[in-house]
Amino acid sequence: MARAVSTRRKTIATAAAWGIGLLVFFPILWTILTSFKTEAQAIADPPIFLGFDWTLENYRVVQERSDYMRFLWNSVILAGGSTILGVIIAVPAAWSMAFVPSKRTKDILLWMLSTKMLPAVGVLYPIYLICIRFGLLDSRAALVAILMLINLPIIVWMLYTYFREIPGEILEAARMDGAGLKEEILYVLTPMAVPGIASTLLLNFILAWNEAFWTLNLTAANAAPLTAFIASYSSPEGLFYAKLSAASTMAIAPILILGWFSQKQLVRGLTFGAVK
Amino acid sequence: MATQHSRSAARLMMAPAVILLLGWMLVPLTMTLWFSFRRYLPLRGGDLGWAGFDNFTRFVTSSAFWPSVQTTLVIVGGVLVITIVLGVLLALLLDQPMWGQGIVRILVIAPFFVMPTVSALVWKNMFMDPTNGLLAHLWRFFGADPIAWLSEVPTTSIVMIVSWQWLPFATLILLTAVQSLDREQLEAAEMDGASPLSRFTYIILPHLGRAITIVLLIQTIFLLSIFAEIFVTTGGAFGTRTLTYLIFQRVLESQNVGLGSAGGVYAIILANIVAIFLMRIVGKNLDR
Repeated sequence: MARAVSTRRKTIATAAAWGIGLLVFFPILWTILTSFKTEAQAIADPPIFLGFDWTLENYRVVQERSDYMRFLWNSVILAGGSTILGVIIAVPAAWSMAFVPSKRTKDILLWMLSTKMLPAVGVLYPIYLICIRFGLLDSRAALVAILMLINLPIIVWMLYTYFREIPGEILEAARMDGAGLKEEILYVLTPMAVPGIASTLLLNFILAWNEAFWTLNLTAANAAPLTAFIASYSSPEGLFYAKLSAASTMAIAPILILGWFSQKQLVRGLTFGAVK
Repeated sequence: MATQHSRSAARLMMAPAVILLLGWMLVPLTMTLWFSFRRYLPLRGGDLGWAGFDNFTRFVTSSAFWPSVQTTLVIVGGVLVITIVLGVLLALLLDQPMWGQGIVRILVIAPFFVMPTVSALVWKNMFMDPTNGLLAHLWRFFGADPIAWLSEVPTTSIVMIVSWQWLPFATLILLTAVQSLDREQLEAAEMDGASPLSRFTYIILPHLGRAITIVLLIQTIFLLSIFAEIFVTTGGAFGTRTLTYLIFQRVLESQNVGLGSAGGVYAIILANIVAIFLMRIVGKNLDR
């Protein structure tokens, strides 16, 4: 193939891909830009793209008016707590599945994944009722537990695939040297498993952060995370685009940044290894 | 390699995860099943006794049922078609040699990480609002009358929002599959004079078949239970009530738990039918 042709082709591909990429990204970009406008500029006709007076006013107002920090803190606790708890429970399970597989391992793994497919709305009332009975409605504890449980199958699955990549010979060598089960896990496996565990933590933190069925239905004033905080903007009064944008930008910025690191894990974690 | 000792240790290590998931599955499921056979109205007398299959027949004969099935099918089907068609095209494009590929990938994937309530509200207000939305500005610029998206074409609007959220997922999975394509086979076909279209039809598409199936199944499962996107945009009004939303309304808004639970049982059965196909593919892959 001639060089000139491939350069031309590359130019066209670049232009097309950037055009589409920016189009897909545009709603996010527009939200970020709007968050720095005044309310009047946010609804200006024709719309202003960059030539406006940049202001941080909206961020100040949102934080003052709505206890933003409390919602943020709840999001951190719910997403962080459920993910860490999930990993603590999943590591031993995934370890035993990867290194001491039995005839039933595959069935157990598939069954675990299948619980992920249970439609949440089908068990909404029972969970709601259990929360009321135990005084856990609108509590962070209940949501940490629920988010942990809905993501546990993915956590076990991801850790299992990472652990399975650790060569068994290393374990045998460690055993020859007299390492027991405890030493094996602590000194041999853990260091090798850290990258996999970190990726698992990352993706599941994102999934829990964005979860918007249980967090909307089981929280009110106390345990509401950012998903619910944003939902409270759905019936607005007066000018509010810039403030909505500021609130939205604050809610998605940390996750966008984390998300960019977790592209690869996304494929692994959400296709259950069916696509490689 | 595995001794009796390590086997029982393994079982012990698996126990917490298995027991928790078993409880998470069985306890609420049993309760839903139980409620679905009861006349249970928490705000109007509580549990009023055995109802037989009454709830199940009333749920499917209520006037809201068939419209909700239709809405569900339109939303799930619409989003699947849009995300898979655009996803394949986008994956093929992103696979081409280009400058700044990494950045473009990031731009395309970003919507997946936006929380559902944010994307729904941003679209609802800043894009689809009939007076101040960006689309309204665009319509006026071309001399057309702006559309009140969420009241005039509410289902289409929700399909648009949800497609935007899920396009990155489809693209990313399909891109992974495209990248495992046999380059030599493609080049050989090109040498033999196969047109781009026939290369796409006879080599690329069959290769992507499996990945497309996976995207289809996984997205179906997640799309069947979309909630926040409807909750903050239309609240189920204007014919945007999906099966999931209908059950939510029966259970929490009108507190007819018996009826809602019967709907829940239907939803669980429906999701399981899809899940069986997905699990079969995943299971086959585990053997390799």
